[in-house]
Amino acid sequence: MSLATFDLPSPREGALRRFSDLLLRRGHLIVLLLLAPPLIWLGLVYLGSLFVFLGQSIFSIDEFSGTIVREPTTATLLELFRPANFDILMRTVGIATAVTLLCAVIAFPIAYYAARYAGPRAKAAFYLAVMMPLWSSYLVKVYGWKLLLAKEGAISWFAGRLGLDGALDAWLSLPLVGGPSLSVSYTGMVLTFTYLWLPFMILPVQAALERVPASLIEAAGDLGAGPGYTFRSVILPLAMPGVVAGAVFTFSLTLGDYIVPQIIGTSALVLGQAVYTLQGTAGNIPLAAAFSLVPILVMALFLTLAKRTGAFDAM
Amino acid sequence: MNRPSLGLKIAALGGLAFLHVPLLFILLYAFTTEEKSYAFPPPGYTLKWFGVVWGRADIWAAVGLSLKVATIATLIALVLGTLAAGALARAKFFGREPISLLFVLPIALPGIVTGIALRQAFGLMEIPFSFWTIVLGHATFCIVVVYNNAVARLRRLSPSLIEASMDLGADAFQTFRLVVLPNIGTALLAGGMLAFALSFDEVIVTTFTAGQQSTLPIWMLSELIRPRQRPVTNVVAVLVILVTFLPILAAYYLTREGGQARGAAGTGK
Amino acid sequence: MHAPAPTSAVPAVRFAGVARHFGAVRAVDGVDLSIAPGEFFAMLGPSGSGKTTCLRLIAGFEQPDAGHIEIFGETVEGLPPYRRPVNTVFQDYALFPHLSVGENVAYGLKVRGVARAEREKLAREALALVKLAGLEARRPAQLSGGQRQRVALARALVVRPKVLLLDEPLGALDLKLREEMQVELKSLQRALGLSFVFVTHDQGEALSMADRVAVFNEGRIVQVGPPETVYERPANRFVAAFVGAANVIEPDMAVALGAASGLYSLRPEKIALLAPGVPAPDGAAAIEASVVDVSYQGAVRRLAVRTTAGVALTAAVPASHRAPASGDSVRLAIPLGALMPMEAET
Repeated sequence: MSLATFDLPSPREGALRRFSDLLLRRGHLIVLLLLAPPLIWLGLVYLGSLFVFLGQSIFSIDEFSGTIVREPTTATLLELFRPANFDILMRTVGIATAVTLLCAVIAFPIAYYAARYAGPRAKAAFYLAVMMPLWSSYLVKVYGWKLLLAKEGAISWFAGRLGLDGALDAWLSLPLVGGPSLSVSYTGMVLTFTYLWLPFMILPVQAALERVPASLIEAAGDLGAGPGYTFRSVILPLAMPGVVAGAVFTFSLTLGDYIVPQIIGTSALVLGQAVYTLQGTAGNIPLAAAFSLVPILVMALFLTLAKRTGAFDAM
Repeated sequence: MNRPSLGLKIAALGGLAFLHVPLLFILLYAFTTEEKSYAFPPPGYTLKWFGVVWGRADIWAAVGLSLKVATIATLIALVLGTLAAGALARAKFFGREPISLLFVLPIALPGIVTGIALRQAFGLMEIPFSFWTIVLGHATFCIVVVYNNAVARLRRLSPSLIEASMDLGADAFQTFRLVVLPNIGTALLAGGMLAFALSFDEVIVTTFTAGQQSTLPIWMLSELIRPRQRPVTNVVAVLVILVTFLPILAAYYLTREGGQARGAAGTGK
Repeated sequence: MHAPAPTSAVPAVRFAGVARHFGAVRAVDGVDLSIAPGEFFAMLGPSGSGKTTCLRLIAGFEQPDAGHIEIFGETVEGLPPYRRPVNTVFQDYALFPHLSVGENVAYGLKVRGVARAEREKLAREALALVKLAGLEARRPAQLSGGQRQRVALARALVVRPKVLLLDEPLGALDLKLREEMQVELKSLQRALGLSFVFVTHDQGEALSMADRVAVFNEGRIVQVGPPETVYERPANRFVAAFVGAANVIEPDMAVALGAASGLYSLRPEKIALLAPGVPAPDGAAAIEASVVDVSYQGAVRRLAVRTTAGVALTAAVPASHRAPASGDSVRLAIPLGALMPMEAET
């Protein structure tokens, strides 16, 4: 039992190997060198430009010359509370709330089925069925709804075939949710948003439900709870962190979007469109920055609340 | 409790149908003979729009630009995302949490905020809008996708493998090349594919960082706002679905062992 | 207390006042040791006692905060692992999952630029040495735990280390395999004439394999010496309890038995049962005790007894003797020569 004698060659000495010595001697150097390139871009350029842009909300615009007055003022921020602007904010938050609620209602049965009843193969199929629409092209999805919602489109046709055209017209004649056709109404806009962000709700809710042990549900049944009571008192509270995590996505994504309202929706502006016009044709960067602060602040508030419910474990 | 109720079944399958039916309509309308409206059902069916797309130089220019942008943005994201993951996967130091938050910021903030901020930064730095400004914008939000995938895989990589490599005589660079890279390779490939799909599809940030050039999503957006030959847009949409589905499917299979595809919950516009 | 190292010109490994702290935790707190070339050296201690950190300090995965480390007379502080003439067999084996068994073994040769044909030949030879000839093409995932351990051994030995470090290498194996590997490791070490530094928390393993054992507690070496010495003459209360559960005789009891006042250890198997009416043999003290518990352990019966003075003792008596039952009164003979003095406690 032995090994043949053999002269192990020395590894080639080179600059890289000596650099490696240095890196290992100074453990922090390696972290610093790895982090420097991404941090220079994201920390310096990206974060810097965010601050420069959002910081302009404390400047104002000269009404006559249209140039930015670089003097700190609260005037621009207060402009958000002017009726026309405040309407935009309330409308956007209203739409985001409706979208979030609708997403939660549609997502729950899918997530619940996938988490509680699907076997491993069905679970993989469910997962792919949710992932594919999530990752497929945003514009293509919006386009799909433009087709469906058009006056001459498929939804109207099916409604007519099923004898529901009366109901559809009645709905469209309602104030607020109605409009000349589905594709020019809040109903259409909310449906499209719901469709776009639904996967972002399904995934965290499913993750939260997966963590509800089956034994807990059986225990509730053993203690004499009916299915309805078990659902309300056991399943729903435990799924709540997932719903909140999903709501973070659906809410924030709706707040910032300006393309859907441009393609499907009424002429009344939402927040994203307001920012878009203000920075573009209107050239009012300070007010655009002030508007941009709203979704960021709303989300910061939302995230703080979400953190308390433990929603982040479900993401 | 062992069998789903009928109501639950219907609600779950109905929800899944809701997720997929609109995409089928896009496919259907690619074959319609009606080009002025979205009339349903289509009055007739034709294959001619595929031929029309084939002959349209503006579409092919947009496709070419989108492919180039996505490729280079993905490469940049792969390098920066892997570096960041290497630094943060195991390191414990003050500032780790804020730094990971920073990586997520570009997709957590509304795209329009990121877009305008970058547009202004380019303006301040007097960088003219070009191919490269689009690429930089895309790389910004693609980093996190690569980062998420790489961090997840690195955390599963036993630290003793790296020690064993150095113990056997490999320096830090040989260890990275011979041990770390082969073990995180599929995660990087998956992250890269998702980043590619994300970039290929991006429209909001691009609106602000592109000059006169048109990526495919920008072309499509203009068609949505001012439709001309509507079925042509459908044909392009079908092609886009195919181009993005394949990498996503591949990424899913690459990351499937030991967990679901990373970075899924955390992408959007 | 630190037994002198076997005489040799240059020790294979030498520690002088080595310390390694993690924040407020003193993982290694002033360790001196000297391991001779060709020695099988065991580092024994409970988890968190600093033994693994000492191994990692030799390998270069950790750097000392204070003190001095030499390998064959060369200072190694600050040297990265790949510049040290030592190799490690890891507790989880750390085989590269993306490489075949043959490629795993040849890895160290590859990074040194050995030509393919040569390194394949050397890898085959190393695998034959650990009795795994012919498994070159397998993946680590296709091997059993025992086979993986042998691959890890071959991979470390193929690069001709001057010292082989083994971190709890038998911990993950089942009992039968562990005993086989103990014998095999021992004969391999003899045949190769290498220094083996072996970390374990299993005292039986340390005692049966090592030439010398260092017992660790709270970042320090509390005793180092040949297995017999550590077992028979534990230096203090910790070693007495950790290595083979010896009885500790407190000073007042020692005086009562007729020995000089002091702290002693007493191996359970040195205590004998006296038949009723038989006087204690010369040089032994007889004491009365009652049996608290009896457990049969094959060759011996272990008796937990309580003396009339209230001291708890353990005695191991041949199982062939008639066994007393719990609650019985017994007379025990304690040979005074079996009382081994230990360090006084401050």
